[in-house]
Amino acid sequence: MIGISAVPPGLPLILGALLLPLLGPRARAVLVLGLPLLVLALVWQVPDGTSLRLTFIDYELAPVTGDRLSRLFGTVFAIMAFAGGLFALNRSRVVELVAALTGAGSAIGLTFAGDLFTLIVFWELLALSSTLLVWSAMTDRSYGAGMRYLLIHLLGGVVLMAGVIGHVADTGSVVFTAMLPDSPAHWLILAGFLVNAGAPPVSAWLPDAYPEASPTGMVFLSAFTTKSAIYVLLRGFPGAEILIAIGLYMIFYGIVYALLENDMRRILAYSIVNQVGFMLCGIGIGTEMALNGTAAHAFAHIIYKALLLMSAGSVLYMTGKRKCTDLGGLFRSMPLTTVCGIIGALSISTFPLTSGFISKSMISQAAADQQMAILWFLLTAGTAGVLLHAGIKFPWFVFFQKDSGLRPPDPPLNMRMAMILFAFLCIALGVWPAPLYAILPYPVDYVPYTYAHVVAKLQLLLFSGLAFFIMLPYLKRTLTITLDWDWFYRWLGPRAIGQATRVVSRWHAHRRIDVLRHLGHLFGTLFLYHGPRGILARTWATGSMVLWVVILLGIYLVAYYY
Amino acid sequence: MKQHWLVRPGTIRLLWAVYLFTLALTILAGLITDVHAWFRLDGSVAFNAWFGFLACIGMILFTKLLGHLLQRKDTYYDRD
Repeated sequence: MIGISAVPPGLPLILGALLLPLLGPRARAVLVLGLPLLVLALVWQVPDGTSLRLTFIDYELAPVTGDRLSRLFGTVFAIMAFAGGLFALNRSRVVELVAALTGAGSAIGLTFAGDLFTLIVFWELLALSSTLLVWSAMTDRSYGAGMRYLLIHLLGGVVLMAGVIGHVADTGSVVFTAMLPDSPAHWLILAGFLVNAGAPPVSAWLPDAYPEASPTGMVFLSAFTTKSAIYVLLRGFPGAEILIAIGLYMIFYGIVYALLENDMRRILAYSIVNQVGFMLCGIGIGTEMALNGTAAHAFAHIIYKALLLMSAGSVLYMTGKRKCTDLGGLFRSMPLTTVCGIIGALSISTFPLTSGFISKSMISQAAADQQMAILWFLLTAGTAGVLLHAGIKFPWFVFFQKDSGLRPPDPPLNMRMAMILFAFLCIALGVWPAPLYAILPYPVDYVPYTYAHVVAKLQLLLFSGLAFFIMLPYLKRTLTITLDWDWFYRWLGPRAIGQATRVVSRWHAHRRIDVLRHLGHLFGTLFLYHGPRGILARTWATGSMVLWVVILLGIYLVAYYY
Repeated sequence: MKQHWLVRPGTIRLLWAVYLFTLALTILAGLITDVHAWFRLDGSVAFNAWFGFLACIGMILFTKLLGHLLQRKDTYYDRD
């Protein structure tokens, strides 16, 4: 019997999103806030195993398949959709809310996909709705950035699709289960997943596209695409060691580029790549402790990164400014935004009593347990680097440093409430991690609050802070961007094509007559042999054919004897 | 215009004093406990303090170096 547990949990969000344009503001608000709560309830109705089966061609699809991991990600996506909706309620264009809820619904849909076909459908829907979310800022820059975003993600989708087809051809099964990177098909699936995670060499799509979305749009964007990629990697490639190397690159790439950046939301975008890097390392280590740590870190990260972006979004919304060089001293008139931004910054830096402390530390612990010394030291240095670029740099340059003279008040009530909710969750998870630990994929055998761990973390973070203030003259903001791999398709590619077009057209102009004469010869020759009176088009006598057959058979007979 | 209390020189001096005192306190707190080391180096005296500090200095210097190579005006892509 098909009951409530067979409803795909993401579906109400996607269907509800399509109703939004037909409704008035009040009904729209009810839907935007109510649907995520309904979905949260549905997520917890999904039992372990497959509760809905459909047949597609010869394959059996399992669009609603649950376990602890899918319920964990479904939960945090639903919470995120609620808080993001609350934050966006007063100002968003309808199209932005439609795109945001569809994106949330797709992300939740793919966390319950038990087969690869269902996964791809939601994967592509997420890419499309995220593009729409970037575009809904309705600026020239957001149009260009959204187009680049779409191209990269469609490419990723094609790579993933090719891998899935290869996997199905190899195994005959569409079930989405743990794989090894051991065949071309699986490499393609892994590469398709990694595109959405913001892995090199295409990491640049993230800091390129997200900061061009509206102040409210980027809050949604930060949560779904990269974290659903973490979800599929957790399920699909646990223990794939290559993820450690990729993750380490992303950790330090994020730090270095964020330190060079001037745009406050681009700083936070690079920081997403950095945080996803930690998660990839956890998946690469692959032990139960590491996978628990990664899942917990993804959960905590969605909340504190959304909080940071709400705080940056509030600043952008109230001042219209996004560059550190234009901002500063806002703590005077935006106290709540400042405090919430600092709570987000402390959480991402993994200060004790915040959500980062109880989640990310498990990944380092797993590295230590496996005696991976180099990885452990690099993760520790990376943790110090997070404090530099996101923990101090963001709040310092936006809310303190110089007095910019700007005196905007805190944002409207709904935005303040969304920030307070997530700031509360950051601290609540840090102080009382038991409820989160209880829903992690594996039983948790980890005690975050030991004397030695707290002291070690405080030493690391406070001395890193000292380094920031000593080196402050080196960190002064300038009106610059930093070139990335996207230089190849944003600068070199268009110029190379332009240059090639000029060369070809110049050659064409000079050599046109020659070319036409050569073409004339070519077609003349073809006509001679293949034309109506050509030798190859003539009717031949049956006798000549028989003669040739006899000759061929004769040759065959002679060859057979020898 | 009256300065906000948080940016007065006196307050900033006080904040630095409290900060340095806290730093010293974390070092002391580390000395009185038996730190569990997984590897050799992380058992050294005040490991997290010096390691975090040096790692950050190193990352900032590397960042400056890379910035010289890769930084462009923020209108770089707008010229097209």
